Amino acid sequence: MTAAPASRTIAAAEQGGSLPELVYDVTATTIVLGALAARDWRPMHHDYDFAVHRNGTDNIFMNTPNQAAWFERYLTDWSGPKGRLGRMKFRMAGSVFPGDTMTMRGTITDIATDQTGCSWVTVAVRLEVDGDVKTTCEARIALPSTPDDNPWSRHGDDWRP
Amino acid sequence: MTATELPAEIEALIGKVQYEESGEFPVERGYIWTSCSSVENGNLIFWDDDVAREVTGGPIAPPTMLSVWFRPHNWAPWRDTPGLPLQVHFDLKELFGLPEAVMTDNTIVFHEPVRPGDVITTRQILQSVSEPKTTKLGTGRFWVIDVEYHNQDGALVGVESYTGFGYRKAGEP
Repeated sequence: MTAAPASRTIAAAEQGGSLPELVYDVTATTIVLGALAARDWRPMHHDYDFAVHRNGTDNIFMNTPNQAAWFERYLTDWSGPKGRLGRMKFRMAGSVFPGDTMTMRGTITDIATDQTGCSWVTVAVRLEVDGDVKTTCEARIALPSTPDDNPWSRHGDDWRP
Repeated sequence: MTATELPAEIEALIGKVQYEESGEFPVERGYIWTSCSSVENGNLIFWDDDVAREVTGGPIAPPTMLSVWFRPHNWAPWRDTPGLPLQVHFDLKELFGLPEAVMTDNTIVFHEPVRPGDVITTRQILQSVSEPKTTKLGTGRFWVIDVEYHNQDGALVGVESYTGFGYRKAGEP
């Protein structure tokens, strides 16, 4: 039986602290695989000719649900498996294309405990290409209050995302 | 009616549940693994059943896959045209006669975990419509639409809120 890897507790999160950067070279496969995994069949995410000549963009580009999946991966790489997402708010500023090197950077902007005793961190994540911010994501993620705590065991009124 | 007031037919839509429908297939693990693979997400709660049992009480889908379970097949024998997600958004463009629209913000709130075998039902609720506004894109209105997701037991699994801006470009009729 495999034991769960260790998860970060709230004691290991620091206001103003940074998450490790994630750097990834985006290819056409990244964009197309991500769009189809999200069941997004719209042609600007797989058809170069449509994206360039109909949408007027430089190339096919990464869709929003796939970006959400990248943000989730970024946050849970840091939190470990007990980290449980409560909410995410996205704002799109530009597109991510094949050939881009995307960099994710995250900063902890708030640490709080709610009325039920659940511990939360708010992380401001930026997805950048060549220093330009393409998407921002403000995420609220629950971390264990103690090593024995598990946010995934919360249901109903005990889960207030 | 003044320019800032809402037409009665749109006022009546605020808070009204619309387009309640079920996903076209149950939540399944193939898509979960394809999604994790697409972003190289190695979180063991999705890949290792022992870890999933220990942490999440059994396998779950990544929370950010919420909208995946709602997107219609590109083709299906039971309909002639592709389904349009977020129909309320397209309805508002039509009702206001605004030819262009963009999404400006998207918030997702995650409630009960989604599990393999779940059948997800969605419904759309118009939350608000702004008075006319002019931005660098043109003149139009902002609106906020919630999409609520429930599982087959009626438990809320998530809510997506979309802010849209429907507009007419400056100088266009």
